[in-house]
Amino acid sequence: MGSGSQRSFIRRALVEPEPPPVASTDVLTSTRARLFGGAFNTMLTLLSALIMVTLAWPTLKFLFIDAVWTGSSRLDCLAETVGREVGACWPFVKAKFGQFVYGFYPESERWRVDLTHLLGAILLVPLLIPSIPSKGLNAILFFGVFPVVAFFLLVGGVFGLPHVETRVWGGLLVTLVISFTGIIFSLPLGVLLALGRRSEFPIVRAICIAFIEFWRGVPLITVLFFATYMLPFFLPASWRIDGLARVLIGVVLFAAAYMAEVVRGGLQAIPRGQFEGAMALGLGYWRMMGFVILPQSLRLVIPGIINSFIALFKDTTLVLIVAIFDLLGQLRAAFADPSWATPVTLFTGFAFAGMIYFAVSFGMSRYALFVERRLNTDRLR
Amino acid sequence: MTTQIQGALAQPTIAIYNRPRIRAVFYQLVLLATVLWLGYEFALNAKANLDAQKIASGFGFLDNTAGFAINQSLIPYDESDSYGRVFLVGLLNTLLVAGIGIVLATILGFFIGIARLSRNWLLARLAGGYVELIRNLPLLFQILFWYLAVLGPLPGPRQSLSLFGEIFLNNRGIIVPAPVASDEAGTVFAVFAASLIAIVAINFWARRLQIRKGRRVPLLGTSLAILIVPLLIALIATGFPIRFERPELRGFNFVGGLRLLPEFVALLVALTTYTAAFIAEVVRAGLLAVPRGQSEAAFALGLRRGLTLRLIVVPQALRVIVPPLTNQYLNLTKNSSLAVAVGYPDLFAVFAGTTLHQTGQAIEIIAITMAVYLAISLITSVLMNWYNAHIRIAGR
Repeated sequence: MGSGSQRSFIRRALVEPEPPPVASTDVLTSTRARLFGGAFNTMLTLLSALIMVTLAWPTLKFLFIDAVWTGSSRLDCLAETVGREVGACWPFVKAKFGQFVYGFYPESERWRVDLTHLLGAILLVPLLIPSIPSKGLNAILFFGVFPVVAFFLLVGGVFGLPHVETRVWGGLLVTLVISFTGIIFSLPLGVLLALGRRSEFPIVRAICIAFIEFWRGVPLITVLFFATYMLPFFLPASWRIDGLARVLIGVVLFAAAYMAEVVRGGLQAIPRGQFEGAMALGLGYWRMMGFVILPQSLRLVIPGIINSFIALFKDTTLVLIVAIFDLLGQLRAAFADPSWATPVTLFTGFAFAGMIYFAVSFGMSRYALFVERRLNTDRLR
Repeated sequence: MTTQIQGALAQPTIAIYNRPRIRAVFYQLVLLATVLWLGYEFALNAKANLDAQKIASGFGFLDNTAGFAINQSLIPYDESDSYGRVFLVGLLNTLLVAGIGIVLATILGFFIGIARLSRNWLLARLAGGYVELIRNLPLLFQILFWYLAVLGPLPGPRQSLSLFGEIFLNNRGIIVPAPVASDEAGTVFAVFAASLIAIVAINFWARRLQIRKGRRVPLLGTSLAILIVPLLIALIATGFPIRFERPELRGFNFVGGLRLLPEFVALLVALTTYTAAFIAEVVRAGLLAVPRGQSEAAFALGLRRGLTLRLIVVPQALRVIVPPLTNQYLNLTKNSSLAVAVGYPDLFAVFAGTTLHQTGQAIEIIAITMAVYLAISLITSVLMNWYNAHIRIAGR
């Protein structure tokens, strides 16, 4: 090593102090500094503004300004007939609305679907609002009683309700049935798997790890194919499992594996002292988990659980590949109808379905954020 | 007195069925027996069902002739090839779309993730809007949107939309100029490889020089010079052996150039934009996970913004970013199986789709398909764990 005289990175003279930053407390100044401070920044601002305008304006124009609001056939949505540029063809959505929501559910029985949706909404809304009391009863009604009621209401065959085969179900109904079933079955199964993965019994742990990693390692679509084409081979020939039910089994197993990992995250976040305290009080394994550990860890991972629900809701679209026509499947079927074939039909359909998917997913993610914030303030106190 | 206490504290006798160890062994044996019994029942049922439907089991079908065409293949393939070959074609197509998708999604994702943290309010909002919109729409919805609504209504080859007269868009796909290399191209490639090695060596040497002597070498300019100058000389000396063949319209179709299937383009665009939104969130979380004090300390030491980012923030952020990033890569690879919805011939579409319907060998085919995806996942997680152990902050 030399004497150090070559070390040019050692500063030998003090730098002149910089002038203090300009006080920029008022909105106008700070906004200007943020948007137009420097040439590069100004360029970014202009570019962003350009992109926003070029995307937003045609969208607005298409959805509202140029849109056709009334009409009864494709002719009303053709530029030649209307005599101007044509945007969204809303009569198409209106004509196909029944198909989008109910699929081919018999028209005289559609009130059953409506009633199910209504019941679900009535039970779900108070569950989501923290200030409304008796959450326990509400949860039991929503997760325990409602599925049974909904099942008999939708399938029928009892109490004088005519039987409706699941083959004719479709649209939003199927989307919601699959998401909801996935949610209520994957959560308890996921909790069990997570507990198993954290168990001190080596065989239990190995089985749970294998199960979780298997389902997480394969795409959902292979799971759906597995459930549709492979599962019937594994069951006694006398069991005739409904096509929708097979898909539901696949979705539940798949979702449970992901749920298990979310719950495991919550279990790992609980300090050892909680386990030891519970054991010192003489609680057995299930009481310790049920009364002490799970209530805390599930609370911690509510945002994660809701995120899994969003993923599940989006993944329900995949069932169209095994010929079960959910909302997206019905949309695709509606595109094939020549009596509504116009240049704007595709965009109109995608805009409509997109708004539904976006509203539900975005709503859930905002709710997750809200819960997260609430939990955080709890912890700060 | 003491003996009395000792007597009271002595292990009480526990019934044999209440001893924790015995119980543990018992429960585990019950679980194991249940799992094994289920497996046995499944196997028995499968055998009975297959016999009843007269389906031959086993992997012999892989040697049978497939008899269907595949519209994109990286290796020579025709209808007389076997199902085994079909599997290979599909696997390569999956890897192709996943590989390109991963590269593009990473680039786009990093840009958007950084843009979301920009001090420029408008840019941050734009990036935020992109992430929210893309993440909240199902991927299959987006694939179908690109395929049906954007690429579907494109005009036929004769009315192709053209970009700079080089790239053509029509309903048969995107036609781009294809690179064509003649015999002398080998020299150019050799020169290029040599330049790359030289750049790595120089970087290595400069690093050591800086660590030992504290002297810095202008690396960027030197590296670029080493890369470009010999390459240009080689290209001129050999008379430009690599050129781009322009697609030309002849009759009703294009001749020359490289045609990208619309299915491929739709899938690639959807996978890239979708995964990029998730990668952007991963990147944002990673950058935010580096405490502010780190960059403030770097500023206090006199490092400029660029250097602070490169030397202080990014290396620390990468520790947080890399594991979830790999997860996103895996998701993209698994999601590429949605190709079946638009008919891009990936592993799932040609193997678990067409081959399954032709042969009826559901169990074997789905098992193979699942095994492939599982193998990709497991290999990636093993590599990931190794990498994680490698970059972990050494504990004291």
